[in-house]
Amino acid sequence: MRNEFCRAMVDLAADESFVFLTGDLGFQALEPLQQALGDRFINAGVAEQNMVAVAAGLAASGMSPWVYSIAPFLYARPFEQIRNDVCLHSLPVRLVGNGGGYAYGVMGATHHALEDYGALLCLPALRAFVPAFNSDVSTIIAHLSADRSYPAYLRLGRDEAPPSLLAPDYAAWRRLVPGAGPAMVAVGPLAGSLAGALAELTPDQRPDLWLLSELPPTYIPADLLESILRSRDLIVVEEHAAHGGAGEMLAAQLLRLGAAPARFTHRSALGYPSGRYGSQRFHRQECGLDADSILALVKRLAASPPGSA
Amino acid sequence: MPDLTKSISSARRRLLQMHFESGVGHIGGNLSCIDMLVALLHRVVGADDEFVLSKGHSAGALYVALWSIGSLTDADLATFHGEATLLSGHPPVHGSPHIRFATGSLGHGLSLACGLALARQLQQRAGRVFCMLSDGECEEGSVWEAALFLAHRNLPVVTIVDANGLQGFGTTTEVAGLEPLAAKFESFGLRTLGVDGHDTDAFLDAMASVSGGPAVIIARTHKGGSVSFMRDRMEWHYLPMTEALYRQALAELA
Repeated sequence: MRNEFCRAMVDLAADESFVFLTGDLGFQALEPLQQALGDRFINAGVAEQNMVAVAAGLAASGMSPWVYSIAPFLYARPFEQIRNDVCLHSLPVRLVGNGGGYAYGVMGATHHALEDYGALLCLPALRAFVPAFNSDVSTIIAHLSADRSYPAYLRLGRDEAPPSLLAPDYAAWRRLVPGAGPAMVAVGPLAGSLAGALAELTPDQRPDLWLLSELPPTYIPADLLESILRSRDLIVVEEHAAHGGAGEMLAAQLLRLGAAPARFTHRSALGYPSGRYGSQRFHRQECGLDADSILALVKRLAASPPGSA
Repeated sequence: MPDLTKSISSARRRLLQMHFESGVGHIGGNLSCIDMLVALLHRVVGADDEFVLSKGHSAGALYVALWSIGSLTDADLATFHGEATLLSGHPPVHGSPHIRFATGSLGHGLSLACGLALARQLQQRAGRVFCMLSDGECEEGSVWEAALFLAHRNLPVVTIVDANGLQGFGTTTEVAGLEPLAAKFESFGLRTLGVDGHDTDAFLDAMASVSGGPAVIIARTHKGGSVSFMRDRMEWHYLPMTEALYRQALAELA
């Protein structure tokens, strides 16, 4: 998604209030943006605390700053600057973290972002966006460029849509695969991989797969709610820690609505169960987040419908 | 400058009164910078300029300096540190149009000032940004991230360090071997001047001499200012005043 991101940013270059700050990342990816922006492309160096506070100062002066780094360096190191300088003042700073979840794979644990949106969404007014498909990126960016009323975090990953899937137009919620099985919600790119794998299931077993791309979810679509009430079974899958993740947000929302399912299964990032490192795929497998594990889960759940035990 | 001298003297007394009436501590570090804050707001910070108080624990001095220029009223100051006040113990988000940022966690203000200054540069607007830090605050790594950034980008930021030599639990020498502080800023490529922060003529001369680009003023000050029982004493980072001590302090400043 980095190339789509760069292209969408270049499209904003004519807006003179637009300023881009990077924490010394973007080599062989952001050069076109650097060229388009000239002195509004700021390499702030390896100094994320300063970079985020500078962005707050820019936003307070009427500029529209976008701040870029790899995801873990963007939300964890300068968390207090995001909290105090950006969010307390409701400044429209856009934080862009590349490589959500285990995307940086064997680079190791320090480069993973397993609690990014959970940590950030504790802060007032901030909203998080998790595009799933390349085509989502420009829509989200156009939206965030037009509506500057709140701070935002954009978690970039890799488009995982199978060739057979026509990515639907961007929306906070999208139904990716209809099914008569349990309701399933997946956050961001992972939904693409799941959509491909779930196609092999029979329609009665196949989950009703929904993709969630905006957090916190401000509503639950009526069709999804119907699916939950019908199956009484909800599976949430996200490459993020359970605590503070989308699963907990949805569970609380369903409880408030009096629409809690009889069974709630939450697949989330578990850290490093074996203490070993590998690709994003390796870590997903360890956490039961990969498509094969989710298929096995769906089959196992189908064998014992909710409330049957 | 008889008027300014009078304003500073009345601000010192108003600051004591506000802290006494509210029963609030942090008076020592407020008295070390009140003279400079009043001089800055009356004589230095112009309509195109901005001021950021990075040492947020001196909010009291900032409120009184704003009172001194007529931006806050006696009624406003009477609410200081009380329930439902806009004037919290550290600068608030929406307390005064002159307070751009809520500060208090140290090491944020200089980067915020850099952002304001960078915006001026990009928007080709006139104006400078003044930022006051405490010396103990310079133990925060983010201060040096900001120093590197502002020197590299030649930003119109004038940094004033209120160097009273005392921090939360010791002197800056005991705690962190902070000296030579001026040489540290100079080594980042920043023009650095030393001045007596209680000598208003000298302070204003220093400010005039750094009119444009990035510069650092290390203002040597005394915690507690010229109040004899507070001067250079660490406990006045925290203590509220008894009525007897308040009367004595007022008498000394009269």
